[in-house]
Amino acid sequence: MLWFGLRRLMSAIPTLFIVIFLSFMIMHAAPGGPFDGERQLPPEIEQNLLAKYDLDKPLLTQFWLYVEGIVTEFDFGPSFKREDFTVTELISQSWHVSARIGLSALSIALVIGATLGCMAALNQNSWVDYFVMALAMTGITIPSFVIAPVLSLFFGVWLNLLPSAGWGGGSLPNMILPVAALSLGPLAVIARLTRGGMIEVLRSNFVRTARAKGLPEGLVIRRHALRAGLLPVVSYLGPAMAALMTGSLVIERIFGLPGLGRYFVDGALQRDYTLVLGVVILYSTLIITLNFVVDVMYGVLDPRVRDSQ
Amino acid sequence: MTDAAIRGGSGKASEIKGRSLWDDARRRLFANKAAVTAMILLGLLFVMAIVGPYLSPHHFNDQNYSYTSGAPTLSAPTGEGSTTFYLFGTDANGRDIFARTWIGARVSLAIGFIATAVSLVIGVVYGATSGFIGGRVDNIMMRIVDILYSIPHMFVFIILLVVFGRSGGILNLFMLFAVIGALEWLTMGRITRGQTLSVKEKEYIEAAEAAGVGTWTMIRRHIVPNILGPVVVYMTLTVPGVILIESFLSFLGLGVQEPFTSWGRLIAEGAQEMETAPWMLLFPVLFMAVTLFCFNFIGDGLRDALDPKDR
Amino acid sequence: MSSVLSVNDLTVRFATPDGEVKAVNNVSLDVDAGECLGVVGESGSGKSQLFMAVMGLLASNGKVGGSAKYEGTELFGLNMKDLNKIRGSKMSMIFQDPMTSLTPHMKIGDQMTEVLQIHKGMGHRAASARSAELLDLMRIPEAKKRLSQYPHEFSGGMRQRVMIAMALLCDPKLLIADEPTTALDVTVQAQILDLFANLKKETGTAIVMITHDLGVVAGLCDRVNVMYAGRFVETGDVREIFYNPQHPYTRGLLGSMPRLDEIKSEHLSAIPGQPPNLQDLPPGCSFQARCKYRFEPCVEDPHPGLESIGKDRMKACHLRGFSKDGEALQ
Repeated sequence: MLWFGLRRLMSAIPTLFIVIFLSFMIMHAAPGGPFDGERQLPPEIEQNLLAKYDLDKPLLTQFWLYVEGIVTEFDFGPSFKREDFTVTELISQSWHVSARIGLSALSIALVIGATLGCMAALNQNSWVDYFVMALAMTGITIPSFVIAPVLSLFFGVWLNLLPSAGWGGGSLPNMILPVAALSLGPLAVIARLTRGGMIEVLRSNFVRTARAKGLPEGLVIRRHALRAGLLPVVSYLGPAMAALMTGSLVIERIFGLPGLGRYFVDGALQRDYTLVLGVVILYSTLIITLNFVVDVMYGVLDPRVRDSQ
Repeated sequence: MTDAAIRGGSGKASEIKGRSLWDDARRRLFANKAAVTAMILLGLLFVMAIVGPYLSPHHFNDQNYSYTSGAPTLSAPTGEGSTTFYLFGTDANGRDIFARTWIGARVSLAIGFIATAVSLVIGVVYGATSGFIGGRVDNIMMRIVDILYSIPHMFVFIILLVVFGRSGGILNLFMLFAVIGALEWLTMGRITRGQTLSVKEKEYIEAAEAAGVGTWTMIRRHIVPNILGPVVVYMTLTVPGVILIESFLSFLGLGVQEPFTSWGRLIAEGAQEMETAPWMLLFPVLFMAVTLFCFNFIGDGLRDALDPKDR
Repeated sequence: MSSVLSVNDLTVRFATPDGEVKAVNNVSLDVDAGECLGVVGESGSGKSQLFMAVMGLLASNGKVGGSAKYEGTELFGLNMKDLNKIRGSKMSMIFQDPMTSLTPHMKIGDQMTEVLQIHKGMGHRAASARSAELLDLMRIPEAKKRLSQYPHEFSGGMRQRVMIAMALLCDPKLLIADEPTTALDVTVQAQILDLFANLKKETGTAIVMITHDLGVVAGLCDRVNVMYAGRFVETGDVREIFYNPQHPYTRGLLGSMPRLDEIKSEHLSAIPGQPPNLQDLPPGCSFQARCKYRFEPCVEDPHPGLESIGKDRMKACHLRGFSKDGEALQ
């Protein structure tokens, strides 16, 4: 089991490295630098600026300096655009906003999605089933950046029940709408996956055996069916995380939340290299970590996998 | 009693003519009411995408400053003393939303199909090769896929588009196709490889080998038809995914640029004016949602038709 | 004579998009205490569905008609709670595919002890002890250690033994075995059949052996019911049926078994044709298309019912019988 975990870990590190490398290269390959577009600077000043940020060195050298900074000091460099801040500072100011919204959305998507999926599977072809499937279809097809303004308009402006925008220091009313809008997509997918997984498991031979043993149906479902039926959801957790990160880019913009997503988009549009890279690295690390955790969890949940490694 | 007999569809034993798997699948697909309805709707949408802009007296970029952010109406002022009609209303620049919606349909659908085609080609070739060769090559190739997988796609799209794609017009569209296709092939590749691997091991391949079937015939007649199923299903589900990606990017201002428009751009523009001119948001959302629904239902129908156990 | 299982006029229908599938048609049978009844038929004859219906395990699009009584208690229409008291404890069933019939994420021990905990209210220790006892009886070595292992750590043959052990935990009066050896290779098959033989001798459990393999029936069963297209076509004592089959189908089955002691240079004699389409059974006898003794009543009259031709012996055929030389008597 430990060996299984270690092997997974060993493949995660080079992955992260490659991600950083690629992002770095792409950003720097762009025509134009971070200081273009402002007033034309006299050449010496431009030279000095470039030198200050090490931008005059060869690309690979820049890369190594960058990596060194991260590994030794967690220093992602200064932000090119917001000159008084380092990237690290900017990230630490904003990450908790995104984290709270993201984790809440994930929890809701998991709990509600899995519950709905089970209910649908247990009552196949009933109105419950059709309702859940319709909800799932909606969540999958209508993008979050459509749902978000609609929710904001409906609950925030027309009904005046909840704040239509703003972080409000993270108060609960401010979190409800963004979390709802963000969680809908993954919730829909999880509901579908759960329903599919449970339907298949409920038809399987081992559930048939459990029933033939005269076990009460509730026990059959809880002990024999559920774990196997939910397995597809575990595999989805990685992509779910990615979807939440992506979704946060628009949700934070629409609701005016001071999170990482907003910094990323602004940074990308303004060519703030270091900020963009810092955020990409952070998110990639998160995803890689999560994938690692998911792999391990899969091994825990399905004993066949861990012994075949 | 075989499962197939219980669930039906085994056909009459009195007919000596065999029924191929494709026939079976096609029958099941067309018996699926939701899928058939979806196909009809989608067909109508395609027709409208082609014909729609011609049905309106306005060019999609014509601006009518006498009637901006105007509700759908049959008599809108044209600023020259006459009236004209706007079936879906106008946007903040006085442009006809009806025409724009259908131009947007063209662009979004085109991006959807072309990017999917790109990802299909790359993915299938990559996956089939990897699966067929197997061994170390397969390992390495799949490792690369794993690594690429852990990069959140949207971020890469954004970076690439920011870096390379702010030019307008056709070039920008091509960039979009290429960028999206270049990252969406991953899952297609995985699926193809998985299918190739499992087909490779099947007994009928061994049997064919034992009967002396050559490699090319083998690939053509035995492997390809058996890989196609999940690939086709995934394709019908990729198209809506790509359309969503494009609309997401357009929402952020990075997708389709002037002079073209797409559903994503229309939605972004509409979302801003949501309170005062809800029709700007309503129509593009409506048609995009219907299109996505249709693709999903067709994909589901195909999946059920090709592998009934999976229902 | 007390019947452990008494089935009367049982029908099973499946609703499918292509029409109704008549899987089982007006079947009646009795299983007496301690006896071994063989139910023989091809794939698609309905033999499995018959007993799935009895156990209440039909797929959701299946409907039953008629009655099935376990020791006098009517099983159809019984509420879930009471049905669950009977199945798994008084009446057990094991299935054809041991590889997929055990829950992959639960230890074998847990899958066994839960039966005892639910049906007999046993505590964990007592239940484990009894489970180990049964694994031992099934000749699984190191029974105690095996309890904490997972199904994938067992071979196919072992998993089937576990299934049988699990079925016997509560000393059922009836064990229904649905093609238990079909998915296993021949040597393992022999071992499992051996187990069944011992079971019969030592515990007095009634056994229903569902199979397509006449060899299995010959070695183990007291009586045999031959099934075709959802109906019994011949029933009776095993030896009588083997030595003097009275139905063309039975004769065909017996004739098509390759025998090591007869060196024939002829082809294997198979029954011509295909099993019938259960959605579209012909009027008259269901076997007519493949029967070489077919004559007018087979096509024109309704399907022959089971008639008694001796003590505990029945057949469903318009022919009067077969002579000692194998001639059909009309």
